[in-house]
Amino acid sequence: MLRLPGTNPRTPGHLISAADLSRDETVLILDTAEEMARVADRPIKKLPTLRGRTVVNLFFEDSTRTRISFEAAAKRLSADVINFSAKGSSVSKGESLKDTALTLEAMGADAVVIRHGASGAPYRLATSGWIDGAVVNAGDGTHEHPTQALLDAFTLRRRLVGADAGLGHDLAGRRVTIVGDVLHSRVARSNVLLLHTLGAHVTLVAPPTLVPIGVERWPCEVSYDLDRVLPDSDAVMMLRVQRERMNAAFFPTEREYARRYGLDGDRMGRMPGHAVVMHPGPMNRGMEITAEVADSGRCTAVEQVANGVSIRMAVLYLLLGGNEPAVTHSLPRTEENTQP
Amino acid sequence: MDTGNARSPGKTAVDAGAARPVLEAPDIARVLTRIAHEIVERAKGADDVVLLGIPTRGVFLARRLAAKLADITGRPVPVGSLDITMYRDDLRLRPARALARTDIPGDGIDGRLVVLVDDVLFSGRTIRAALDALGDIGRPRAVQLAVLVDRGHRELPIRADYVGKNLPTSLRETVKVQLAEEDGRDTVLLGLQQPTGTQQAAAAGEQ
Amino acid sequence: MSTILIRGAKILGGEAADVLIDGETIARVGTGIEAGDATVVEAAGQVLLPGLVDLHTHLREPGREDSETVLTGTKAAAVGGFTAVHAMANTFPVADTAGVVEQVWRLGRESGYCDVQPVGAVTVGLEGKNLAELGAMHESAARVRVFSDDGKCVDDAVIMRRALEYVKAFDGVVAQHAQEPRLTEGAQMNEGVVSAELGLGGWPAVAEESIIARDVLLAAHVGSRVHICHLSTAGSVELVRWAKSKGWQVTAEVTPHHLLLTDELVRSYNPVYKVNPPLRTEADVTALREALADGTIDCVATDHAPHPHEDKDCEWAAAAMGMVGLETALSVVQETMVETGLLDWAGVADRMSFRPALIGRLESHGRPVSAGEPANLTLVDPAYRGPVDPAGFASRSRNTPYEGRELPGRVTHTFLRGRATVVDGILA
Repeated sequence: MLRLPGTNPRTPGHLISAADLSRDETVLILDTAEEMARVADRPIKKLPTLRGRTVVNLFFEDSTRTRISFEAAAKRLSADVINFSAKGSSVSKGESLKDTALTLEAMGADAVVIRHGASGAPYRLATSGWIDGAVVNAGDGTHEHPTQALLDAFTLRRRLVGADAGLGHDLAGRRVTIVGDVLHSRVARSNVLLLHTLGAHVTLVAPPTLVPIGVERWPCEVSYDLDRVLPDSDAVMMLRVQRERMNAAFFPTEREYARRYGLDGDRMGRMPGHAVVMHPGPMNRGMEITAEVADSGRCTAVEQVANGVSIRMAVLYLLLGGNEPAVTHSLPRTEENTQP
Repeated sequence: MDTGNARSPGKTAVDAGAARPVLEAPDIARVLTRIAHEIVERAKGADDVVLLGIPTRGVFLARRLAAKLADITGRPVPVGSLDITMYRDDLRLRPARALARTDIPGDGIDGRLVVLVDDVLFSGRTIRAALDALGDIGRPRAVQLAVLVDRGHRELPIRADYVGKNLPTSLRETVKVQLAEEDGRDTVLLGLQQPTGTQQAAAAGEQ
Repeated sequence: MSTILIRGAKILGGEAADVLIDGETIARVGTGIEAGDATVVEAAGQVLLPGLVDLHTHLREPGREDSETVLTGTKAAAVGGFTAVHAMANTFPVADTAGVVEQVWRLGRESGYCDVQPVGAVTVGLEGKNLAELGAMHESAARVRVFSDDGKCVDDAVIMRRALEYVKAFDGVVAQHAQEPRLTEGAQMNEGVVSAELGLGGWPAVAEESIIARDVLLAAHVGSRVHICHLSTAGSVELVRWAKSKGWQVTAEVTPHHLLLTDELVRSYNPVYKVNPPLRTEADVTALREALADGTIDCVATDHAPHPHEDKDCEWAAAAMGMVGLETALSVVQETMVETGLLDWAGVADRMSFRPALIGRLESHGRPVSAGEPANLTLVDPAYRGPVDPAGFASRSRNTPYEGRELPGRVTHTFLRGRATVVDGILA
């Protein structure tokens, strides 16, 4: 994402994939977020840092939670925020991404935070030459959601290492279990990559139907047995499972899913005392998580939301707070690119 | 923050060779003691003083001053740090910088006498940023400034209330403060700007 | 009638000889032929091939003239060294009646650059439900012999069986687009390591292989010919090899892009690499090359699929599938098969002319280079090497995956029934 010595991201100046972040960059983002978090405790929760910069929230999918998180982050840094909801637009999706990008470019967007239903759309936006600004992936299809992984890592570091004690540190040796619909989850992909970069040991748990073919090359382990993995977990991250998956025969019934892969009080009791339960939200209570677990002190879902703002402030600051990343381009502009 | 030269270790060795010490460890200890006494005198006992150091070296100086104030007054003096990175006016001249810690003592700064502490006072832009940062944190009764070295060349109407040493310099010269906590020894070095990397040094020393 | 003397070309890459074309036919092949008043083409160092035949071309007319027309498509074919192309049926309207196939056939005749042999749809509207009037299309002026719902799979086993049986009456062949529809719902790229990382819907190899397995068994059962379009997996190769070992009438084609490109390219999310069937893995590419070399795969077919710029200048999921291929096919085959030593030029002539003409039952194409044969010829300079520049394409579309890639070989001349359609690499 940034241009730190020794790193060679595919998309410098943008945040597209957790895979593009080195260990040091990730720790820098987490440390920066820790400072940003302190701003929330001040009487004036605003910094002048991005005054005069324009951040566009370009959302092709509904996601009020993610959008307001980015919006709050940008506003706390004094950036101008434009919300552009492209959903329901009459133009076909393909046309609207490019045309919308050109519109935003004309409006002078310094950063575009994009949520899109198609995997790779942010990468296209960052590398197509349609815009000059920094692109931040706020979730693309079933590909990635890097800021979610960053805020999850931030939450983990605070809980397992400590807010101040964690500064400068990664998650070496921690064991994180990710449970649920890995196949369709951008959160899982980004988390596997980022947690691995931070030295954590990741285990995916899901019914085999919801594990992608090709997972064997991911830097993690795969298990089909939640109960065997729980006692060794420092954190268990429950993924949202859509009930509609049942209709495509990914699992037989909601009840069977909850029985085999849901987290209830009994199962939580088998986790080590210090272990936490995470959920990216929104939760399907009764499906992947019971109310008892969701409302317990070990569940970090609400913290994760608060931490999301700090992480997004850190990302926006590091991308836009200086001169370089905001204006660098991963591809040279070609003649075709520059045509209107 | 206001040293007027680059701080990379590679350069330090070169600078140290060419640079001339203007304050040594005993001098630094002495001027800090003097400043501590001045603060007590001017603040009439320093009851409501809060020391806020500006990272990196200002924080160490603030802590040393706090220790001396405690010795003099027999009471602990609140000390903290104030990172001004996100208030700088030259953010867009360089890549985004890592943030340093802002640590406000528990009782806050409202109604208190805040003494900002920095190593070198140069253009005054750092202090301008620090005043902006303070305004977002609370409303002090008054703000004062203590610096180890004032090298002149102000670009803003800002002056220090407590100065360790006034050091007339030319713009081609660099002033480097080294403190044991960060650099392994206490000294203030006066040197000449390196011909190579001049631009970078100038940008770094803008404030 | 004009006469042309091609002097000193290596016939099918073998001995250098002179070839005299008189009117529409080859008059003489030999050495030291006197030019007389014939136009002389100096061809020392070049390779003379029978005019290339493509079993799988999308000309888009009628209906999508914004991406290609019969005229621009046949120009592209001529530039690529082709003298005959089979025009796929997925036009608007679909080529499922005698009227539409005759229209396409007539447009091809009028273009004059390349013979166009229309492919008839197997089912009405490519919908896989009711057989189209296969006999009427065969008896039309277009004399359709190849039937395909390409773009869609004839997935209903009963419809497929009936089609295979029915076309036996006129020695037709069903060319199957092997893609099990349920296994490829939402599919965007080859299912494997790369799709898992990129989060793009997986297109499993088994979706192709399961249909091929079924269809070779059906063809064997009813004693019909079946042709498998654009084979793309190592498993498909194994199935075709097995079917051929049984003596069943199974033929297969591979596209140039499946001989060269892999799904690793999709990491760029650049839709120029989006194609149906999808780019597969290195292991598949290796298996396909070997199968083409040993004859398991009968021929190369381009699956030339033009798309307008806007259909590719977008995010991956929204992009159209397909690549143009006519103008780069021979170069890619030279790169992947000749330069690797897997095929010699005689082998190229076999896989790109003789065998596809035989499968399509084209009588005047895919003939030997000898006296008395129709003068459908392609002259190639194999020593040439250069980057692909889509701006210079004769095709109306530019969606090539090879832009800027250096490839060997260049078609210098193409002759269609004795008339030069390409001279020195330029359309005549």
